[in-house]
Amino acid sequence: MKRSRCVCGFMILVLLLFAFFAANICAGSVRVPLRDVLEILLGKEREAVFRDIVTEIRFPRALSAGILGGALALSGYLLQILFDNPIAGPFTLGISSGARLSVALVMVVFLGNSAEPGFGVMIMAAFAGAMISMGFVILMSRFMDSASMLIVSGVMIGYICSAITDLVVAFADDADIVNLHNWSKGSFSGIGWSHVAVMFLTVSAAVLAVFFLSKPIGAYGLGEAYAQNLGLDVKKFRILLVLLSSALSACVTAFAGPVSFVGIAVPHMVKYLFRTARPAVMIPACFLGGGVFCLGCDLLARILFAPRELSISTVTAVLGAPVVILIMAGKKQKGDIR
Amino acid sequence: MMGCSISIEALTVGYGGIPLVREIDIRLKQGEILTLIGPNGAGKTTVLKSIIRQLTPLGGAVCLRGTRLEQFSDGDLARTVSAVLTQRLKTEMMTCREVAATGRYPYTGRFGRLSARDKRAVEEAMELVGVSELADVDFTKISDGQRQRVMLARAISQEPEILVLDEPTSFLDIRYKLEFLSALQQLSREKGLTVIMSLHEIDLAQRISHKIACIRGDKLDRLGSPEEVFTQGYIRELFHVTDGGCEERTGALELPAPKGSPRVFVLGGNGTGIPVYRRLQREGIPFAAGILWENDLDYPVACLLAAEVVHVRAFAGVGEQEMRRARELIERCSRVICTLKKEETGDWYRAELSELLAYSGEVHRDEKGL
Repeated sequence: MKRSRCVCGFMILVLLLFAFFAANICAGSVRVPLRDVLEILLGKEREAVFRDIVTEIRFPRALSAGILGGALALSGYLLQILFDNPIAGPFTLGISSGARLSVALVMVVFLGNSAEPGFGVMIMAAFAGAMISMGFVILMSRFMDSASMLIVSGVMIGYICSAITDLVVAFADDADIVNLHNWSKGSFSGIGWSHVAVMFLTVSAAVLAVFFLSKPIGAYGLGEAYAQNLGLDVKKFRILLVLLSSALSACVTAFAGPVSFVGIAVPHMVKYLFRTARPAVMIPACFLGGGVFCLGCDLLARILFAPRELSISTVTAVLGAPVVILIMAGKKQKGDIR
Repeated sequence: MMGCSISIEALTVGYGGIPLVREIDIRLKQGEILTLIGPNGAGKTTVLKSIIRQLTPLGGAVCLRGTRLEQFSDGDLARTVSAVLTQRLKTEMMTCREVAATGRYPYTGRFGRLSARDKRAVEEAMELVGVSELADVDFTKISDGQRQRVMLARAISQEPEILVLDEPTSFLDIRYKLEFLSALQQLSREKGLTVIMSLHEIDLAQRISHKIACIRGDKLDRLGSPEEVFTQGYIRELFHVTDGGCEERTGALELPAPKGSPRVFVLGGNGTGIPVYRRLQREGIPFAAGILWENDLDYPVACLLAAEVVHVRAFAGVGEQEMRRARELIERCSRVICTLKKEETGDWYRAELSELLAYSGEVHRDEKGL
């Protein structure tokens, strides 16, 4: 891999990140000029409406889209390594849906007792749901050799979880539904600063841990037998991967509900941008790429049919699904998919 | 890089608690090449996997440098034993140099940065197996033979003392087979690397190995130098060959001999008979061959393919008994093929051969193609 390509790639991603971030803050049903945004940030006196929109709504929303997008992409990257499957991702393996179901249940229980569940509870619930789905997928992977069958079983788990979630949402009290409905479709709206703080801490801890695993990830990618011959404790390493990828996707689900296709599509797009699969490059690049992708998609979700807002998954699916199809077509040609 | 000794004591290996091969005892000195041979499914790979600790033995022990395998840390073991397995190495957008450099994993720090010494080791390993010119080529874009050599470079850059290879020469053409094995020989000779591998090519195993271990049934059937192991008829026995045969001294394989009483008599010798024997085998015509001296090039092939061979002890004179038998066969066959040139049957070689040729002329006077 050429160093210059690597530097260029990161520059492109960082520039895009800033551009989309700025666009996300300026654009919307109320347009805020960029100069006003800067002045608000510098603490100058501006109209209160503008200030509230920028600092209380759009800023945390854009930040969370960036952070959660990065977390999703990284989680997808880890799952692809773990299952040695190019189309593995938190969504295709049913992990997001499992997390969503468990969060929905917890929410309904809490809202039923007219209490607001805390972030800790939400994240823990999502993590538990993600782990249950993950456990099921791992169990299935024991019995099935074929990569495509694994995805099929993951998608099935996803459907079952979604069906139960819909049922739960349907039977929840009327007042709660508004809240649940939005979340259960996937959205970055309604995220405040306190959410951002919690997700920042959780996600950055996980990302840091993943980065420290970049060397073993490279070895594991060669194949289990070779990784072991190189001195990697494969069993321990696999558990770490399961925990980290579940934690990352659980965090996303807890705050933004299900967001599809980011986890599959972004790692591949990044790989082609950088023309390398070296984990030391892939890990930061996936995180940045996921952030850029989600910021872009959230922007579209908000402005495309403003003032109506689309759910984030609508946009990510439209942009992400073609990437998945392209990957499949490319791999099929090379005969990589069984 | 310096090899080390290995001793395998009463090792029982298998999957899921069910033993596949029992009570293996092998001792190897530093720099020796051991080859495991045996039929498909005999457990060669299982034994190799147990030696590289990818499978827990069901009994017994493997000791490297006198230390039991279980006592090695993951890192120490990786610095002592490296492997080329039959599983495909999964690479994505990796050049051959990057693939070879993965062997440095046990030596690099937390983030796997290659030091100058690591880089040197990688270049040296690639040079040694002759893949330096492939260094910047994508690993998936090279041929199987080249790939296998890059795999060897990868294993060597791991700077092991013991190299374990599972069927490393499958998929290689003859040239690459020879190059690959001569690279191994060089490693064992010059660097004192101890090599343990499984091979399907008996002829090659015979040429390169210091020791051969034959796995048959659930045990180590024979262990020793190639000369000790490959006695007459052993390969057929080891592989349960019922159709066809193998010549132990050369490792040459032949398809099964045509069944029935001989219809053609081949008067040959000095290597001239072999193509004719094989042609007759292909066409399914049973034949007899003679008179062959046991040190004749044609003799081992004739033994495997002919319905009957009239033979004489090496360097000995032809007795009356052999002549009588040859005449009988010539009479009984409907055709005689003489592959010898005139001067070879002439008086100054063996009078007996020209005598037989003349005799066939009398018996099969009307027929052509003599």
